[in-house]
Amino acid sequence: MTSDRQNIHVVINGTEVEAMVPVRMSLADFLRDELDLTGTHVGCEHGVCGACTVLLDGVSVRSCLLLAVQARNRSVRTVEGLADGDQLHPAQRAFSEEHGLQCGYCTPGLLMATAEILDEGADDLNRDEIRERISGNVCRCTGYQNIVNSVATAMRYHREAVAGE
Amino acid sequence: MKFVDFDYHAPETVEEVVDLLGRYGDDAKILAGGQSLMPLMALRVADPEVLIDINGVHGIDTVERVDRRIRVGALVRHRRIEKLPNLTDGWGIVSDALAMIGHVAVRNRGTVLGSLAHADPAAEWPAIARALEAEITAESPRGNRTIPADGFFDSYLTNALEPDEIATSVAFTLPEGQVGSVFEELARRHGDFAIAGAGAVVVLADGLIADARLALIGAGSTPVRARDAEAALVGRAPSDDVFAEAAEIVYDSVAPRGDAQGSAEYRRKVLRVISRRALRSASARAEGVGQ
Repeated sequence: MTSDRQNIHVVINGTEVEAMVPVRMSLADFLRDELDLTGTHVGCEHGVCGACTVLLDGVSVRSCLLLAVQARNRSVRTVEGLADGDQLHPAQRAFSEEHGLQCGYCTPGLLMATAEILDEGADDLNRDEIRERISGNVCRCTGYQNIVNSVATAMRYHREAVAGE
Repeated sequence: MKFVDFDYHAPETVEEVVDLLGRYGDDAKILAGGQSLMPLMALRVADPEVLIDINGVHGIDTVERVDRRIRVGALVRHRRIEKLPNLTDGWGIVSDALAMIGHVAVRNRGTVLGSLAHADPAAEWPAIARALEAEITAESPRGNRTIPADGFFDSYLTNALEPDEIATSVAFTLPEGQVGSVFEELARRHGDFAIAGAGAVVVLADGLIADARLALIGAGSTPVRARDAEAALVGRAPSDDVFAEAAEIVYDSVAPRGDAQGSAEYRRKVLRVISRRALRSASARAEGVGQ
């Protein structure tokens, strides 16, 4: 990619990374092409579909609308960073058990959106509120019912985990 | 698509931003939230030679709330306003609209001032700014100045800022008295650009409408204040007939453009319905506020 390059330090899934990146490279392309973290998917590439959603300093963002250089000195969490070793994140467990995916293309974005919901402590949303919260993630396969079920189940796992503490 | 190449700057002070704007003028675009600019660049509709990333600039991310006035700095994200506690009573126009701006991830990055400066006629914040008669503060090599919302939106995606000016804050003020406000819009899908919409503010006094503001989106190349409809309401007792009358004035007076989302006539009809609903809801909220 032709472009001026800048040096950045960024924390990706808890690991410090240093890289020279073209200024015009998106964060999504940086994650996928430079770091081989291909879990983050590129769908519409203009901020509508949500497949590229990652957490930047803990909040969900469209990585296709961010430049890699904008992640300088920030922390990024991708779908690869959800599991704790062999232990699945409650969102991953829920999506698996509730069949919240078919082709899996939209799934990383939805998992990150769900992770943000749980991190915010919003673990008692009703189904309408869930739909509202995930309305920024488009799915062409499932018809969304099982996705809503998955988010509801993820919230239940979160409530149980909090209660168990 | 991938972004076309550009020169990238990440200044840390407003002075540096102003200096860069002075140097590059129309060749440069400010990058704040990027939720409007980056999609345009991805679709290669916008092609700035220079990007001035202001996300590292100090001192422009404050929210000040004093009495009926909220002042918001250039880096304040939509999501931060959405999460403000006690945005109740008269501020319904803001809390309603925020839920309609894109989606959570968009609101996490997008900024209030960015939406105003982008001046999309289908965007919510420009209409809110006109309904609440907001004031935008801008800085340039010549110092700073205050631009009233009524004079800020020149045309489609065009604001009144000079090429070497940056908007650094905006202040919204609720009118005094028993105020209710609401934002309503019609979009094909949740988070889509609105086909048409209205922000309404109603002030009641002794059971009569003392002041009414109706700012329309999708009615022209900028948000439109429906002044004739507003004037027809002042001094009247609120009722659905009165609001229907005002909505008819809106229908007769607006001249929207037709496009792929709807014809001009369709938009006029939608604006009539939305105006009536918005005025009715704003008035009901004002009544709910009490004296």
